[in-house]
Amino acid sequence: MTEDRGYRRPELVCPAGTPAGLRTAVDAGADAVYCGLQNETNARNFPGLNFTPAELEQSIAYAHARQAKVLLAVNTFPPAGRFELWREAVDTAARLGVDAMIVGDMGVADYAARNHPQLRLHLSVQAGASSPEAIRFYCQEFGVKRVVLPRILTVPEIADIHSQIPCEIEAFIFGNIGMMAEGRCSLTNYVTGLSTNMDGVCSPAADVRYEEDAERNLTIKLGPFTIDRFACGESAGYPTICKGRYLCGVQPAGYYAFEEPVSLNLSALLPDLMRAGVTALKIEGRQRSRAYVRAVVSAFRRAVDAIMAGGDPGLAGLLALTEGHRETEGAFGGKTWR
Amino acid sequence: MGEQPGDITLGPVLFNWKPESWRDFYFRIADEAPVTAVYLGETVCSKRAVLFEPYYQAAAERLAAGGKTVIFSTLSEVVLKLDRKQVESTCATTDYLVEANDGSALLALRGRPHHIGPFINVYNERTLGFLAGQGARNFCLPPEMPATAIRALCAAAASLDVSIEVQVFGRVPLALSARCYHARAHGRIKDSCQFVCENDPDGLQLRVLDGRPFLAVNGIQTMSHDYLNLVGELPELRAMGVSRFRLSPHSCDMIEVAAIFRAALDARISSSEAIARLAALPLGAPFSNGFYYGKPGFSWTTAAAH
Repeated sequence: MTEDRGYRRPELVCPAGTPAGLRTAVDAGADAVYCGLQNETNARNFPGLNFTPAELEQSIAYAHARQAKVLLAVNTFPPAGRFELWREAVDTAARLGVDAMIVGDMGVADYAARNHPQLRLHLSVQAGASSPEAIRFYCQEFGVKRVVLPRILTVPEIADIHSQIPCEIEAFIFGNIGMMAEGRCSLTNYVTGLSTNMDGVCSPAADVRYEEDAERNLTIKLGPFTIDRFACGESAGYPTICKGRYLCGVQPAGYYAFEEPVSLNLSALLPDLMRAGVTALKIEGRQRSRAYVRAVVSAFRRAVDAIMAGGDPGLAGLLALTEGHRETEGAFGGKTWR
Repeated sequence: MGEQPGDITLGPVLFNWKPESWRDFYFRIADEAPVTAVYLGETVCSKRAVLFEPYYQAAAERLAAGGKTVIFSTLSEVVLKLDRKQVESTCATTDYLVEANDGSALLALRGRPHHIGPFINVYNERTLGFLAGQGARNFCLPPEMPATAIRALCAAAASLDVSIEVQVFGRVPLALSARCYHARAHGRIKDSCQFVCENDPDGLQLRVLDGRPFLAVNGIQTMSHDYLNLVGELPELRAMGVSRFRLSPHSCDMIEVAAIFRAALDARISSSEAIARLAALPLGAPFSNGFYYGKPGFSWTTAAAH
């Protein structure tokens, strides 16, 4: 505790896409890792990612032996008739003794709160709770202990929320930045027939096609729709609808109608976020490589420790790891982003 | 039988229409449209709400005089102080029912009868049951819901004596953001938007780079380019237990749209005739119903082919 600076030591919450990734994140200094089961109960339901219950059990033992917490994301929305899969996920989380479960759906939260009252609940960013009233609703109804804030708030707005809610705040600080309010986007389903909310996928790789012409210009399609085009040599990030280029009547040419292909990097805002009441700093990227996770987690470990020791965070090297080598502070930096 | 044929309802106007046109639209709906219930209120942008507030009372009174039930819908994305004040004041209404569109409205409305709007994620029986326990009486489902899930939710709703409503006409809301994409298209930001969204009464068309129309921008909301049309699915929806069928307002003749859906629901015209009459409207976009069939939302399947 360093009360005089106005903040306490934050928890560094890091992505774990696989058991090996989990060990990498823990070894690199994560205070907590978050992960999901190998099905549509979590919002990173990608091929080759995530944990079987047995792997989760072993991974919890690994993390706990090193004083790191394990948070299980069960944060998608079960469609009616299919609730059983999510019920099993909640029961698994409780049985294996995860340190918290991250929930988005009210039905899942209600099931967990009633059947496993000892299971600590965090409110997923997928729940889209962006006001003190909405957060208080989840705290009062389901006993939520921490909210993961949507990536749409400025630092002063986070501070304002902090003073009006009875739970902890976790905020994204680094990684992919979705342009749409989480849990409230059906764009992928509109194009591919797979739902971000129900199936846990966003811009699924199986529906992405790259077409190269004779001049080696690259056209990128999601389903039947062209999402972007790149001239030979231009760097292209992973294609999502909200970072594509489009035409409209009031623009002279193709433009990024929603956002450019940038990554979130709040390293310069860490002390401000901590002062605003953020006590858990979240790094996005369960789908990223172990080398990436090692580099990012180590850098933020050193930064947080340096800040707590009254020093400079020294995170300049992180730019090389951002998508397309371009970064933004997004909404966190101020209202002009909107 | 005793089974009701179902109600046609009119969702809130999602676009920034000229306030006088907005008022006159509701006056005409009140006098002429065969709809049972009308949802009023600004659900997309709190900055716009002040434009329409002067006409809320006149519209609501005229609609009530026309025999329509009036329900006020709350804002879908609540972040700023202005957003929160609007939700608070809408939820303080006691003369009319309120439809909640975000978690802050749920906090304000719990314990008394209310509606759940399509921007609240009600995907399963457990969520439906939880919210019914809080006082929710009617649920307008998220538009991406497939028929299989709608059917299962209808069964749960019947056992709880609450009703299910489904959007059956109009552009589909697909995403919300903190950023205003209308302002961005015009090189502005949300705070200095100068209400450029008023230029596009049905949204601003986005096309992909090879020219194909794709999406429609409506302030912070992103919508489908095509118009959802479930007129051919009405008998199946009715059989599942859906009792309310929501039309989302557009600048086309909504009296005619309501009349077509009413006639189709009463089986006075066939599905193919209803589709043909809707296709004759000057919409400038194709129909879609993919979500209903668990396919890409933009796609169109004729009920007969399925």
